[in-house]
Amino acid sequence: MTEILKPDNADQVLDAVKWAVSEATPLDVRGTGSKAGFGRPVQAGRVLDLSNLAGITDYDPGELVLTAGPATPMAEIEQALAEANQELAFEPMDMGALYGNGAGTGTLGGVIAANLSGPRRIKAGAARDHFLGFQAVSGRGEVFKSGGKVMKNVTGFDLSKLMAGSFGTLAVMTQVSVKVLPRPEKTRTVLLMGADDTHAVAALCDALGSSHEVAGAAHLPASVAQRSGVGYVSGAGTAVTAVRVEGPGPSVEHRCHSLRDLFAPFGAVEELHSHNSAAFWREIRDAAPFTGDWQDHQVWRVSVPPTAGPTVGQHLRARLGGEVYYDWGGGLIWFALDARSDAGAADVRRVIKDCGGHATLVRASADVRQAAPVFQPQPGPLADLSKRVKEAFDPEGILNPGRMTAGV
Amino acid sequence: MLMPKPDQGVIDRRAEIIAAMRAIVPGEGVIADDAMLRAFECDGLMAYRQLPLIVVLPETTAQVSEILAYCHDNGVKIVPRGAGTGLSGGALPLADAITLGLSKFNQVLDIDYANRCAVVQPGVTNLGVTKAVEGDGFYYAPDPSSQIACSIGGNIAENSGGVHCLKYGLTTNNVLGVEMVLMDGTVLRLGGKHLDPGGYDLLGVLTGSEGLLGVITEVTVRILKKPETARAVLLGFNSSEEGGDCVAAIINAGIIPGGIEMMDKPAIHATEEFVHAGYPMDVEALLIVELDGPKVEVDYLIERVGEIATGQGAIYSRISESEEERAAFWSGRKNAFPAVGRISPDYLCMDGTIPRKMLGLVLQRMTEMSDKYGLRVANVFHAGDGNLHPLIMFDANQPGELDRAEEFGADILKLCVEVGGVLSGEHGIGVEKRDLMGEMFTEDDLKQQQRVKCAFDPDHHLNPGKVYPTLHRCAELGRMHISRGQVPFPDIPRF
Repeated sequence: MTEILKPDNADQVLDAVKWAVSEATPLDVRGTGSKAGFGRPVQAGRVLDLSNLAGITDYDPGELVLTAGPATPMAEIEQALAEANQELAFEPMDMGALYGNGAGTGTLGGVIAANLSGPRRIKAGAARDHFLGFQAVSGRGEVFKSGGKVMKNVTGFDLSKLMAGSFGTLAVMTQVSVKVLPRPEKTRTVLLMGADDTHAVAALCDALGSSHEVAGAAHLPASVAQRSGVGYVSGAGTAVTAVRVEGPGPSVEHRCHSLRDLFAPFGAVEELHSHNSAAFWREIRDAAPFTGDWQDHQVWRVSVPPTAGPTVGQHLRARLGGEVYYDWGGGLIWFALDARSDAGAADVRRVIKDCGGHATLVRASADVRQAAPVFQPQPGPLADLSKRVKEAFDPEGILNPGRMTAGV
Repeated sequence: MLMPKPDQGVIDRRAEIIAAMRAIVPGEGVIADDAMLRAFECDGLMAYRQLPLIVVLPETTAQVSEILAYCHDNGVKIVPRGAGTGLSGGALPLADAITLGLSKFNQVLDIDYANRCAVVQPGVTNLGVTKAVEGDGFYYAPDPSSQIACSIGGNIAENSGGVHCLKYGLTTNNVLGVEMVLMDGTVLRLGGKHLDPGGYDLLGVLTGSEGLLGVITEVTVRILKKPETARAVLLGFNSSEEGGDCVAAIINAGIIPGGIEMMDKPAIHATEEFVHAGYPMDVEALLIVELDGPKVEVDYLIERVGEIATGQGAIYSRISESEEERAAFWSGRKNAFPAVGRISPDYLCMDGTIPRKMLGLVLQRMTEMSDKYGLRVANVFHAGDGNLHPLIMFDANQPGELDRAEEFGADILKLCVEVGGVLSGEHGIGVEKRDLMGEMFTEDDLKQQQRVKCAFDPDHHLNPGKVYPTLHRCAELGRMHISRGQVPFPDIPRF
């Protein structure tokens, strides 16, 4: 049984890390552990459980900045924001269902550490784009901070960017500040029925290349669409392509009208309004088509230039079977396949080699994630530089060793 | 301003270094003549000047790689330079360093509308990116006021902003990828036309690193379709506090305008007398609020902003009724710096960011400082994101005035930090604010940043003397201060 260290505050986090450095004992750093299945398994003597570093410490809606402990549950963040009619614009996915846990178990620190984002990524950016500053304890056992609680800042290196997506391998964050934004007044989704992947992505590129500030652009092939919980989508009996527009009422009406015209040459057009629209994009965000009955499948998240999406999707299925659906206008491919000992990693990466992009194995058993590279392998010089960056923060390899790359 | 002591050994080897550079960059790409070097002696921070050892203007990535590898092997420092418009002295030359100018990297390489991105060389100007795509209705969103001259590579070095970044983001939010060269000559590609490459976000930390981490040789940026229409409204108030409250009220109503700027009375008067934008002269604070989008949206939001402003005590309101009028509203704000240059022999442009709610306090304290130092100050303010640009007016020909102006500026920046803000919003630290870094950061904060520098450039050859007040050797920075078995088990809950 692995011993769990559960600090109550930042000072105790510092004590724990100092001790771990002194004893050369690696720490498995976690909030609630809701994303333990994301990344390579960590071999660590102790768990550093941050769940007591929770709670919103500063939130003034007029300033558009929220500061909280890293383990503050996303449910708490979302509720506080909703009360002020605001949100995290990058729409972080809830990985609960994907890993067979309940929804709403993630934390703000976890969202940042995994650099999560959702369908609105194409318009609003990812967690990294909204992460303003933090306080942390490095793997050297030293307290440091970077960034701030303001929107615009070029005062020293932007270490927040390095923290975002570092899976706790560089430092233990003890406080984080994020940019928040008003919720759109109104949301509506335009659906295009029956387009194949190629035509669908062409239509999505047209929509994204328009001035309509498209805030979601997804495509579900027929076999995926039929599993949707939204009746209009599952009942279509065909592939469904969707774009989301948001804003003040009159604006949304206008943009919807224009996008319907834009889609008309590609096939039949429908609309989803408030409740159905929200439910649909939550499914896209949370990879819902690959949860529930699909829990035994392995899942990849593949990011490519949007126009390359359909070809990549086709080649993935041809080589490995399974199913795909597209987000980010074709640029994000969710790919589920029957479990294999290597998760088809070499094939997946061969498929995207020529178009540029990267593939992340987001769901597979621990032994598969131990053996197959979960994150896109980097060319030698880039891998070397990344290793030197890791050593700049955590020279002894105390924090989540091996979570991203074997031996780092 | 104390710069690192020049290495006489390198200066003595100047002829040899020139020959080596000429072997890499043929023709006129190596500048060694004093008269021609004069053009590179400062950037936009003109108070500081220094002739570089030489200037080299490469044209290819292979040349940049060879130059850096040579300098790495031969202990020669490099100061990267884009268009030289930076306001914090990031491209200030060093007597023993090669100034590496990227001005010949001026080609647009690829415009990919379907994937909404453009690939350009770093010497292309910010406006040049927009010019390359505007025929098809696209643009590049970040728009620093120097956009006609500043380069996109320099924008990445300083994480430049502009008047539209509350809605559209800063440089860091609009760059998808780069090709860069490390100090040892290694060529790397970070990112590309796809989003969020895995691994550590090195592109993120490169952005805003002020030429300390690498030399950028190619850039992929996100381009956007232009909004259908845009309109601006001028709103006048009896005090800056009321203006600030109005900004908060607009944002609290859920409206994120395309641009939201504020000027105080001295700035209004200076600009109005210069460009005759039609600003009211009897208000203490003026807001320019721009809404963009479909016409129906813009009309709807203009009306709502008008109602909010009335509720916040606006004493003046005028909506642009034509594209010409909208441009006129902006002309004053965009010419604020030269306008102040017209009424004062010299000025210093400061660049702090504060939590917006602190605006009233900060402006009041600034007025007190203005009295104390006997120097006038005009304020332009990116009101949406809290980024202040106080313009301190002085006359460098009056003995002691420059020093007083710098002290005044330092006091303003210390005040920004005191109220929870930061030293620089978009101009960077460079040499200008270098010695104030300790106001915001502890020694450990700064050392951790410099360890990242060590991962990229362990010998401090790239742009030394900028950003960080103290240069620590990387070996010293890497030393651990915790010994094996020396820390007792901490007294914290365990299970």
